[in-house]
Amino acid sequence: MSKKTASDIVFEVFNYTIMIILAIITLYPFLHVLAVSLNDPYDAIKGGITIFPRKFTLVNYIETLNYPQIPWAVFITVLRTVVGTALGVLSSAMVAYVINRKDFIARKAVSVMFIITMYVGGGLIPEYMLMRGLGLMNNFLVYILPGLISPFNVVVIKSYMEGIPADVEESAMIDGANDFLIFWKIILPLCAPVIATISLFIAVGHWNSWFDTYLYCSSEPKLTTLQYELQKILSNAAASSQVDYYSNLDPNRTMKVTPHSLRMAMTIIVTMPILFVYPFIQRYFIHGMTIGAVKS
Amino acid sequence: MNKSKLTKTLWKQRYLILMIFPFIVWLIIFRYIPLWGWIMAFQDYRPGKPIWQQEWVGIRWFAEMFQDPDFYRAMRNTLIMSFMGLVFGFPLPIMLALLLNEIKNIAFKRTIQTISYLPHFVSWVVVASLVSEILSPSGVINQILQKFHLTKYPIMFMAEPRYFWWIVTFSDIWKELGWNTIIYLAAITSINPELYEAATVDGAGRFRKMISITLPGIMPTVIVLLILSIGNIINIGFERQFLLRTAATREVADVIDLYILSYGIGTGRYSFGTAAGVFKSVLSLTLLVFANWFSKKTTGYRMM
Repeated sequence: MSKKTASDIVFEVFNYTIMIILAIITLYPFLHVLAVSLNDPYDAIKGGITIFPRKFTLVNYIETLNYPQIPWAVFITVLRTVVGTALGVLSSAMVAYVINRKDFIARKAVSVMFIITMYVGGGLIPEYMLMRGLGLMNNFLVYILPGLISPFNVVVIKSYMEGIPADVEESAMIDGANDFLIFWKIILPLCAPVIATISLFIAVGHWNSWFDTYLYCSSEPKLTTLQYELQKILSNAAASSQVDYYSNLDPNRTMKVTPHSLRMAMTIIVTMPILFVYPFIQRYFIHGMTIGAVKS
Repeated sequence: MNKSKLTKTLWKQRYLILMIFPFIVWLIIFRYIPLWGWIMAFQDYRPGKPIWQQEWVGIRWFAEMFQDPDFYRAMRNTLIMSFMGLVFGFPLPIMLALLLNEIKNIAFKRTIQTISYLPHFVSWVVVASLVSEILSPSGVINQILQKFHLTKYPIMFMAEPRYFWWIVTFSDIWKELGWNTIIYLAAITSINPELYEAATVDGAGRFRKMISITLPGIMPTVIVLLILSIGNIINIGFERQFLLRTAATREVADVIDLYILSYGIGTGRYSFGTAAGVFKSVLSLTLLVFANWFSKKTTGYRMM
């Protein structure tokens, strides 16, 4: 280890300072919203809360989860995330496997068909018309089917599969396994790291999406998702801070909470699952992203 | 290939064909039929009639669009927010990656990376909620400004059109800064370590090595990504603008996708909306092809 010069030390101090400031700027909004959501709603109006609640209470969460749409929205969001991720990952992996098979007869044609869709799409209106034509309006399937496969994910999985030695498949073939069994029993388990990464991306995508609900399912209260409910609260807050969207639904309800505290609690509810899952899958996605980044 | 050989191959690959077949059907329905819907842009689409019986109107909707002041406003907003994103958002991840690379304490580096990736994983709805909280009259930014006597009264950030572009640009930086460093950090790992050793022998300090070795080392990646983002200036999406706008900031918030949304679906003018969408797609594809060509010319690297 060579001796540190004065300028190296200055640089190091500067560098660590920048990093700590960055961390504070990134974390502060989350901690602040968490603090307000755990604070007494009428006390919060006075302002001055930073990252610790002043008067601790869970009333904001209890009230939020008591609104009739919310338990449904939780159910639909979880269902869509689980079903959408399982089907999405399986489909992408299957497509990747088939177009990675050098001997597959339509390899080139199928690859080209997928790649074209990376660069051209029908756009908002034709897609909207298609969903209407297929009867997918106010239908749960509209969350699953249209976005089933993304060519980017296929490319990432395929580039991982290229690294698996061909002998593995050949020996299974000699044992008499068919192509589907080889995919299911051999290739898929070998792809676990990349599958984990892609699962995270797809799951986060499902969990975070609100626009398809806005466009296709907004008139069916039993199909709305959590992000969409938060978006509704937000846009009402933006339209007028005086309007209390949720208390308007039930005029007899006594106002235990303020719209503001409700919004904060809802923001945390929507963010929570990501905060919980994120640290565990972190080590996978950096590796997976690097593969994707290098290949594309 | 003769006929019997083809049948034999098809039979041999029946499982592969069976595996891919549903996805080809899916591809045709969900990705290629909407492309076919582009012909709606050249028709006067009336609901209830099949698409081949609609009345053809040529380029009427395009002509109408080019006479619409709202269209130019949406174009202006799209381009301005795109360029602001490029100017302010593009260099920052490069700088952060360079600085992160100089952190030798692995645990500290990991912690910072973990924190900086986090906002990438929350939705724009959540970010919009956080942003409006931070920028509210009683929010932390206003508190700081008042504490340092930079302003006497709280600033209504969300309701002031002149702040909107900055809010959109900086909330995007906040969300994606850490995440965008990943690709640069990956590029840094492929730099030859001998270069650093040689520089140390020559007496270069840490900062010197960062500027003279690491930065040039990732330059090819930087250039490719820059060209790619220039090819994507028209595709800035609409989520941020949709979620952060208020009644007072509509004028500066409407981007091309929001224009399509409000004209096409909001008012039910499907053909007009499709025409605007076709215009956007063609422009975007042209930009991408140009960026690709330019990249090949200057860096020898093709993206498509």
